[in-house]
Amino acid sequence: MAVLTIRDALNQALREEILRDENVFVMGEEVAEYDGAYKVTRGLWKEFGDKRVVDTPITELGFAAVGVGAAMAGLRPVIEFMTWNFSVLASDQIINHAAAMLYMSGGQFKVPIVFRGPNGSAYQVSSQHSHALEAMYANFPGLKVVMPSTAADAKGLLKASIRDDNPVIFMEQERMYGLKGEVPEDEDFIIPLGVADVKREGTDCTIVARSMTVPLAIQAAEKIQQEFDVSVEVIDPRTIKPLDIDTIVNSVKKTNRLVIAEESHAFASVGAEIAYQVMDSAFDHLDAPIKRISTAETPIPYAKNLEALALPDVDKIIAAVKEVCYL
Amino acid sequence: MPKTAATKKKTTASAKNGSGSVASRASGNPVKRNGTQVSEADIVELAKNEYQKRRKSQLEAIKKTDKKLLREMLYQMVLGRRFEEKCAEVYRMGKIGGFCHLYIGQEAIAVGSMLALKPEDMVITSYRDHVQAMVKGISPEAVMAELYGKIGGCVKGKGGSMHMFSAEHEFFGGHGIVGGQIGVGTGMAYAAKYKGSGQVTLCFFGEAAVNQGIFHESLNMAQLWKLPVIYICENNQYGMGTSQERAMSSRNIAKKADAFEMANEFVDGMDVMAVRDATNRAIDRATKDSLPTLLEIRAYRYMGHSMSDPGNYRTREEIAKYQERDPIVLFKDSLKEAKVLSDKDFEAIEKDAVETTERALKFADESPLPDPSELLTDVYA
Repeated sequence: MAVLTIRDALNQALREEILRDENVFVMGEEVAEYDGAYKVTRGLWKEFGDKRVVDTPITELGFAAVGVGAAMAGLRPVIEFMTWNFSVLASDQIINHAAAMLYMSGGQFKVPIVFRGPNGSAYQVSSQHSHALEAMYANFPGLKVVMPSTAADAKGLLKASIRDDNPVIFMEQERMYGLKGEVPEDEDFIIPLGVADVKREGTDCTIVARSMTVPLAIQAAEKIQQEFDVSVEVIDPRTIKPLDIDTIVNSVKKTNRLVIAEESHAFASVGAEIAYQVMDSAFDHLDAPIKRISTAETPIPYAKNLEALALPDVDKIIAAVKEVCYL
Repeated sequence: MPKTAATKKKTTASAKNGSGSVASRASGNPVKRNGTQVSEADIVELAKNEYQKRRKSQLEAIKKTDKKLLREMLYQMVLGRRFEEKCAEVYRMGKIGGFCHLYIGQEAIAVGSMLALKPEDMVITSYRDHVQAMVKGISPEAVMAELYGKIGGCVKGKGGSMHMFSAEHEFFGGHGIVGGQIGVGTGMAYAAKYKGSGQVTLCFFGEAAVNQGIFHESLNMAQLWKLPVIYICENNQYGMGTSQERAMSSRNIAKKADAFEMANEFVDGMDVMAVRDATNRAIDRATKDSLPTLLEIRAYRYMGHSMSDPGNYRTREEIAKYQERDPIVLFKDSLKEAKVLSDKDFEAIEKDAVETTERALKFADESPLPDPSELLTDVYA
């Protein structure tokens, strides 16, 4: 297995799928000649040319719509949003068109499209460039929502998303592009959508984390193990929709305690949904109320100290685990 | 008197082929009700003059067109009219729910443009989609059953009036978000070019959609990437209850394409032959040069925006002005004068349209409701 950054694992997935299927093309702002704003598409335009790797004007609603129409007419577009913040301009196409098309056409028009890009905070980019939008998109039937946290997951899930016949919201994290991990080299290495992964096994408390909070949760688990000899299990759903609730519920039945760590505002978040579903399926197994670590209920500030205060971190997760374990 | 964009534009071929599809914009403008320059008594007179002018050019075009096709064009227009009239009737009886936007008065646009297409060409339109759906080949039965929310509907009762679709007929739907389909249609044309399929995409929208960002974003990309798409702005002069003059700072819609260096024409939407000729020129541009076109086709919506609209924002005289040169009456008169169709033919067409509509109503009535299990199907592929 090769050791790759998440950035390069995504790049490899795109390259392999472009080679595999002539209907796959990548479109977005600066994806071609500039090599990608975050270099996820590095080298692809040089290798494949204008047809397969397409620079667009800054016209998010427009190129999202082109993707939807092209997908309806038989292509498999991978549309990059430079960041998911800009997808809000295109949300009419994602929500009213891509998500609804199969249903309102009575099953006749599939929209096999991937919308991808970095989601959530970066490094002091303030209030208009730090949104975590997974809860919004996960709310709409018809969309799948994917959030990888390792290089292998990034590659396997992106390939699965491109081969999926539904519109897929694929959310990366700018802070994580440089994280390295082992990645299988098999060109058909796929991680099916809707399957959670136990990132760390444990017996005393479950943390459900996604995207950026996965490495934070693992660090928190290690510290708690050393300091309190408490064994924490870390589960990464990887796909927010469809959600593999069974893996989470089975873990809670074992540990009887649940902390949810998410880089997302708390109100109506994915964590709120997971908490409800666990309550619904494993109420009698809970030995403590579910605790949730989320982003502060504010627009994200610029100042480094305020930004850090707003976001989840290892210490906040440790405090939550201690609380549910009555430590 | 301002000249139209189309008359100035070198890409318009109307002057060359003498089809006369370019109408005078000034005479096509709605008359101002407050502080008008033209008295309401003059309105009908003005319309009559326009009608005579239109008749001449239509006759010329008819002479050059296959008789069978002309008959089919008239039939589709009459069917569209009778079908929509019935929709209004059964809507009032509560058989159709939700929104229901009728096409009465605009038939020449769908028929004139779509009967110039090949079957494999793609069409996408707005929520005012019943007639487009039928002209593209969806049966009146399936359209009416869809309106009734029945399983026999073209999308199994899941879409209703605004969302007719047929993959088999390359009909990419009626869409409910004003302007949204302009971008989707652009993507369909993108796919056709990508695949080299030779298909043309016809993308319909109302004039109010021109004020949406997606119109401008789409036209920019289509010209930039040279896509084989024909944008048809069906200018029925009202966005719901707001007249175009109250909503658009620059009302020459065809000319807006100049901002993207895109070919464009202004077309009289009451003249089905003018619509056909303009569409054919745009098809040539799309297939030979892979270039887009914007057609602004001026018509007039006789009915309210939807069935729930009483239409208090305009006068009866204004409606009468347009009915004076109704697209079906105009076309019938021309066909008669050109001796293409006889009174007997007209009667047969009328009878056929009425009977087809009745059959559609019967089918819709008898079609079962969707099974409750349909609620959860087609969410994911």
